[in-house]
Amino acid sequence: MERLRRNPELQAWLLLAIPAAFLLIFFMAPLVIVFVYSFLERGKYGGVEWVFTLENIRRVFDPLYFKTFVRSFYIAIVTTLITLILGYPLAYYIANSPPSRRNALVFALMIPFWTNFLIRTYAWLTLLRTHTGLINVTLLNWGLIQKPLPLFGNDFAIILGLVYGWLPVMVLPIYAALERLDRSLLEAARDLYASSFYAFRRVTWPLSIPGVVAGSMLVFIPSLGAFVTPAILGGGKSLMIGNIISNQFLGAHDWPFGSALSMVMMIAMLIATLIYFRWTTSSEIAT
Amino acid sequence: MSIETPELAYHERWERIKARFGSWGLTTYGILAFAFLYLPIVILILFSFNESRSVSKWTGFSLRWYGEMLKDDKIMISMWNSIFLAVVSTAIATVLGTLAALGLERYSFRGKTAVDSMFYLPVIIPDIAMAIMLLLFFNMSGIGFTPWKVSLFGVKLAVPYSVIIGHVAFNISFVAIVVRARLAQMDRTLEEAAQDLYANTWQTFRRVTLPMLMPGILGGALLAFTLSLDDFVITFFTSGAGFNTLPVRVFGMIKKGVTPKINALSTLMLAVSLSLVVISILLRTRSGDEESVQMGF
Repeated sequence: MERLRRNPELQAWLLLAIPAAFLLIFFMAPLVIVFVYSFLERGKYGGVEWVFTLENIRRVFDPLYFKTFVRSFYIAIVTTLITLILGYPLAYYIANSPPSRRNALVFALMIPFWTNFLIRTYAWLTLLRTHTGLINVTLLNWGLIQKPLPLFGNDFAIILGLVYGWLPVMVLPIYAALERLDRSLLEAARDLYASSFYAFRRVTWPLSIPGVVAGSMLVFIPSLGAFVTPAILGGGKSLMIGNIISNQFLGAHDWPFGSALSMVMMIAMLIATLIYFRWTTSSEIAT
Repeated sequence: MSIETPELAYHERWERIKARFGSWGLTTYGILAFAFLYLPIVILILFSFNESRSVSKWTGFSLRWYGEMLKDDKIMISMWNSIFLAVVSTAIATVLGTLAALGLERYSFRGKTAVDSMFYLPVIIPDIAMAIMLLLFFNMSGIGFTPWKVSLFGVKLAVPYSVIIGHVAFNISFVAIVVRARLAQMDRTLEEAAQDLYANTWQTFRRVTLPMLMPGILGGALLAFTLSLDDFVITFFTSGAGFNTLPVRVFGMIKKGVTPKINALSTLMLAVSLSLVVISILLRTRSGDEESVQMGF
């Protein structure tokens, strides 16, 4: 007991032992299994044969699958850009509201975010469907269009669903950065006859970059790994890498290839994140 | 303070006009953005009250679909499954996450960076990757997916241990992050005061640290509960045959065909999420003016 009190390192490990062991067994070990499976041969009836092969990794770069990879990247990048363009002014608006209204607006932002993602995606399904969706039905009824618009089962629907789903996640960190911003800096800029645009560009924007980076990462990663949105709004035609992965486990029973796909996806995410961080920190210094 | 020249006065007036239009434009944008966030949900709720089978043509008000939802045994079982799963996984994740937060925030030790990163990983990893990781793990280790059949006080329960483990695995990290944030803000002088008054480590923790930490722990638990209720992907891949939660059931229903019954079920789930958000806000505002903690020595 006396030794425990004197030894903070022992105390720390005592506190961390169970949670760390839990994650080691049920998170890190599964991660290692996926890594190992990527290099094994496919078993006859699902499962694996313990034979080393690079075939799965090679197949990931087969044009058939690699095309989906590139498309998923494209969808994730476009989604991140649109949420940033839509989210920044919204965060700015909330941060510049009177303090009494600010909390209510953040609350209003939280409600859609805490609404089940599946439900929010389903809501768009009922709006976008080609022949029975609310938007096309209404526009046809009003005679504004002759043919239903192609709103569903394509990249547009997926990007819209993702933007809708992840917009609050972009807004919150930017808002947090803007709210912390020292207003006297802006006043100083204005006193020195900086135009409002110039003051924004040289003061507000650089100081909000940490929020922009955090928000972009929080949108980009789940967008790249999206499964629910393309499954529902892609209409079975427009797929992303998450769907190809799930197909290897639910349909094709090709676990090693599914593992290889998710390994490459995670590594690609890691690389994209690192490049993005490098890029934003260097541009922060430049301004 | 400005020097009054006609040119500057003009400049200043122009800037003021710009600022007014700017703020007007910003408010308009804010309203539009919130409309974008809320309209789909409002329309979804509206059509849960539709009389006919359509979710895009309004034919009249009816509670028919709510009735059908309540009569659907599969939905009701999924609902109890969801609640049971959320309660159990939240309880475990809250205890483990709080322990981890204390260990990581209060101590420095060799290899801390590695342990730190391990606790952040489940938050950033895409859920599809985590889902298939767990699927392979349960399969390979022979642990399997079949829920335990337990009889507790005459009530037959199916305990989906594989799903519980999956939910705890991602929720530990979320709880740890929330509790750590609270720990980082906490004033340590009270703990030092307690120690100066010869409280031992356990007494200090029990009487000072824990009460002060409670809002953070409750906040973390609430987050874990919501995430567990909402999770679809990890549940979908780690549950054995015959175990469905509400989101898994909803996904299956959507795949089969769209009816206002899904809207009714969505509205119900929305109401639950909304009340959880309200509880969390109330917790946060109450803990705000309760910074001073009563110490029951």
